[in-house]
Amino acid sequence: MVWNSASEFFAMGGYGLYVWGSYAVTAAWMLLEPLLAARRHRAALAAIGELDDEQG
Amino acid sequence: MFAVWGLYVGFFVAPTDATQGESYRIIFIHVPAAWMSMVLYLAMAGWAAFGWAANARLASMMARAIAPTGAAFTFLALWTGAFWGKPTWGAWWVWDARLTSELILLFLYLGFMALVEAIDDTRRADHAGALLAIVGAVNVPIIYFSVRWWNTLHQGSSISMTAAPKMAHTMLEAMLLMTVAFWAYAFAVVFMRARAIVLERESGADWVQALAHKK
Repeated sequence: MVWNSASEFFAMGGYGLYVWGSYAVTAAWMLLEPLLAARRHRAALAAIGELDDEQG
Repeated sequence: MFAVWGLYVGFFVAPTDATQGESYRIIFIHVPAAWMSMVLYLAMAGWAAFGWAANARLASMMARAIAPTGAAFTFLALWTGAFWGKPTWGAWWVWDARLTSELILLFLYLGFMALVEAIDDTRRADHAGALLAIVGAVNVPIIYFSVRWWNTLHQGSSISMTAAPKMAHTMLEAMLLMTVAFWAYAFAVVFMRARAIVLERESGADWVQALAHKK
């Protein structure tokens, strides 16, 4: 273990902004993208459902 | 799971880099993201080419499903690279051969996505996209070898098939674990998107109707 305290861990030896800035954007995208893909899938299913209703 | 393991090794086990301090910990996502950006591009170009040559619709749909994820990894590679470059090189961006060719890769992804969406005739869009993807594939070896062909600011590869890795064992372990995690993520999200694309495009097919009615 290289860290002595939590604050030292978050400071990243003075590079906190850069390290966490990188990880935060990556993590945010990796949460967002699956949600977008799932929504697209639901939308596709819903569109097919509406098509059926129109055709009766 | 691999991500948790990789992050644990990356943040708690791997030692501080002697010259770069803690900022080097960005490479645990930077390098896997850059690898994925290139691998996914080749996969996309491969599916697109197959979809064109063999007239296989599903292959073209796979190419479309891969493109946004590949573009995202390219962006993340550039983003994390900038966040590493600022404290290390003193600049967010330099017009270095590797950085520039990776930026071109991002534009190739975005161009592919824009092109296939812009053409209304789906199959024609697939073919046009395939042409762009195949021509653009030339860029991938350029990125990969750019650090060797030109005198670049970007350092050479840390890992090679022919020599022992030039980094500490735990650093390598964290990076490889993150790579596995990114692979798993890419597969999952690409197939999720592919499923949606298939439903959008094959909405007239009997099996799609059956699926929609079942819900």
